[in-house]
Amino acid sequence: MTDIPEGGAHPQQDGPRRGSLFAENPRIKARNRAEKRFRAYGIAAISIAMAFLCVLLFSIVKNGLPAFTQTYIQVDVTLDQEVLDPDATGDPAVIAQKTTFSYAPLIQAALVDRLAQSGIETEVTPDRLARILSSGAAAQLRNHVLANPEVVGETVEFDLLASSRVDGYMKGRVTREALARDPNLDAAHLEIIDALKAEGSVERRFNLDFITGTDASDSRPEEAGLGASVLGSFYMMLVVLLLALPIGVAASIYLEEFAPENRFTDLIEVNISNLAAVPSIVFGILGLAAFIQFAHLPASAPLVGGLVLTLMTLPTIIISTRASLRAVPPSIRDAALGVGASKMQATMHHVLPLAMPGILTGTILGLAQALGETAPLLLIGMVGFIASEYPDSFTSGFTDPNSAMPAQIYEWAKRADPAYYERAWGGIIVLLAFLLLMNIVAVLLRRRFERRW
Amino acid sequence: MNDMRLGDRAKQMDDTKIRARGVNVFYGDNHAIKDVDVDIADRMVTAFIGPSGCGKSTFLRCLNRMNDTISACKITGEIKIDDQNIYDSRVDPVQLRAKVGMVFQKPNPFPKSIYDNVAYGPRIHGLAKNRKEMDEIVERALRRGAIWNEVKDRLHAPATGLSGGQQQRICIARAVATEPEVLLMDEPCSALDPIATAQVEELIDELRQNFSVVIVTHSMQQAARVSQRTAFFHLGDLVEYGETGTIFTNPEDSRTESYISGRIG
Repeated sequence: MTDIPEGGAHPQQDGPRRGSLFAENPRIKARNRAEKRFRAYGIAAISIAMAFLCVLLFSIVKNGLPAFTQTYIQVDVTLDQEVLDPDATGDPAVIAQKTTFSYAPLIQAALVDRLAQSGIETEVTPDRLARILSSGAAAQLRNHVLANPEVVGETVEFDLLASSRVDGYMKGRVTREALARDPNLDAAHLEIIDALKAEGSVERRFNLDFITGTDASDSRPEEAGLGASVLGSFYMMLVVLLLALPIGVAASIYLEEFAPENRFTDLIEVNISNLAAVPSIVFGILGLAAFIQFAHLPASAPLVGGLVLTLMTLPTIIISTRASLRAVPPSIRDAALGVGASKMQATMHHVLPLAMPGILTGTILGLAQALGETAPLLLIGMVGFIASEYPDSFTSGFTDPNSAMPAQIYEWAKRADPAYYERAWGGIIVLLAFLLLMNIVAVLLRRRFERRW
Repeated sequence: MNDMRLGDRAKQMDDTKIRARGVNVFYGDNHAIKDVDVDIADRMVTAFIGPSGCGKSTFLRCLNRMNDTISACKITGEIKIDDQNIYDSRVDPVQLRAKVGMVFQKPNPFPKSIYDNVAYGPRIHGLAKNRKEMDEIVERALRRGAIWNEVKDRLHAPATGLSGGQQQRICIARAVATEPEVLLMDEPCSALDPIATAQVEELIDELRQNFSVVIVTHSMQQAARVSQRTAFFHLGDLVEYGETGTIFTNPEDSRTESYISGRIG
């Protein structure tokens, strides 16, 4: 049924009407060029992104990796009974009365002996000799003695932490020229280190305390560790997970499946979307006002941090949960309603399990975002707090003042000593490792739930 | 057409299962169903035919209140099943849907095993006291769905792994497993090939023994093959309703005649 008269459609021509298939006509040529250009732009964009990523990772690893190793100096210390336990009671309570001040002379004597033993000549006066060691060395000694009171009177070999300057020298960060203006250490100290190193008494090795230890004061970067702040972050994530997941999922299910469509629910939806874009520091102020000033919860506590981060994460979780609920085909809801399931049953038995992979992915991404958040913690006192002790028990971990990983990193980056700068980079590696771990869990959970077909 | 079933057609009209009077449906400003009166007989297949968008599916979904899930949808008039108005405020739509089962256009098995698909309805309605009773219910439903022999050895395999025709028969088995009194089918064969269609049609004819079946179809041949009564919808109006044989051989309305002869639609 066409209106084209027979034979009149195309005037008879010699050769093919659209030219040879082997030769590109100008239009096609232009189109192919445009396509090639577009692909080139894409490849260029991705290459640039990859290059930046490589530079970022390289600089993080290069700057941060040294933080995981620490220099130790091997010294035989005679734990003089005359000093520590003059009455030879052997009573730990008596030994405990001696403060670190009593141990400092022991270390000094041990170092003098050590140098004499190796025949190392030095211009460093004996009272300045101990500066090659961490100022925490005396405490290290004392802790050992308190744990093993029977060693009093014996000579024990200790691996004592080197000071951060010596450590920096071993890592190539500190040079002799730089020490010219340094009141803590002289170039002469480094001669001693070189001599001891030649004898194998100075050693740089992996330092687990960086990951598990607690933060230290400004003057002892070599002792500082992330451990307490890792715990702080862990408690906060626990609070966020326990609050944000159920509240977020319940709110999304209600909004997506049950809520009537009216002005009020529209308003709520707009607000949730906007909340996701609110700067996190605003949540910090809110937390300060609501949880600390109004509810009188303790400041600097992971509980409060977790509550603030819950507020911050909720919109993310709600948005991703609603998206995954919406992605469940309506035919599944119809099928369930069609056999007489209630709305609740249709949602709980069919829609929610199908939306689960998406919900979990969204939740973990929200958690990862919360894990890296610093700004709101600033206002509730978790930044700048030096967590030098672990919480006493599992439950007190929620309310004991603590810090968080990103806050700790920020704190370290702020300190003047370059040794802390190195630790800040190292902290970033640990933080990234945790984020990577969480993302792997997200991927695995997704696989696990999707495998059901 | 369909002369074999003239005996059925002689069945008296007063054996009415569903009685609809003055039904109007509005989607927002759109008047989708205009003042429809219809009586659907028990133990018979009633077909709704008509061009796309004429309201036949909408009307079908009124019969088990599936339109309740669409907030913009307003329904007036009354639909009585066994003389009880299903839009009465005392009626719980969930209870109604246990009585009026539904099969949808696209096969929509749950992404679970074949067994769980069929057992889901009986389970939530508490029809089985123990595992053995449930097994019996599932087997009976799958036999009624004419798919037992194909799936009996893999009841715990995912239902989504079956072919389209098998999936649709699983859906029919799932619908009959809750022992409904009325079975609504919304273009059940539109996604199926001719062989699967023939199987489903045969099945519909068997289901007529126990249920009142209402089927929406785009295929006039299908309506002629499976139904005893046919209703022709056009632009939201019920144009003509009567014996299938009469509608197809001697329609009263000129629009019906145009449609069945292929001039409109």
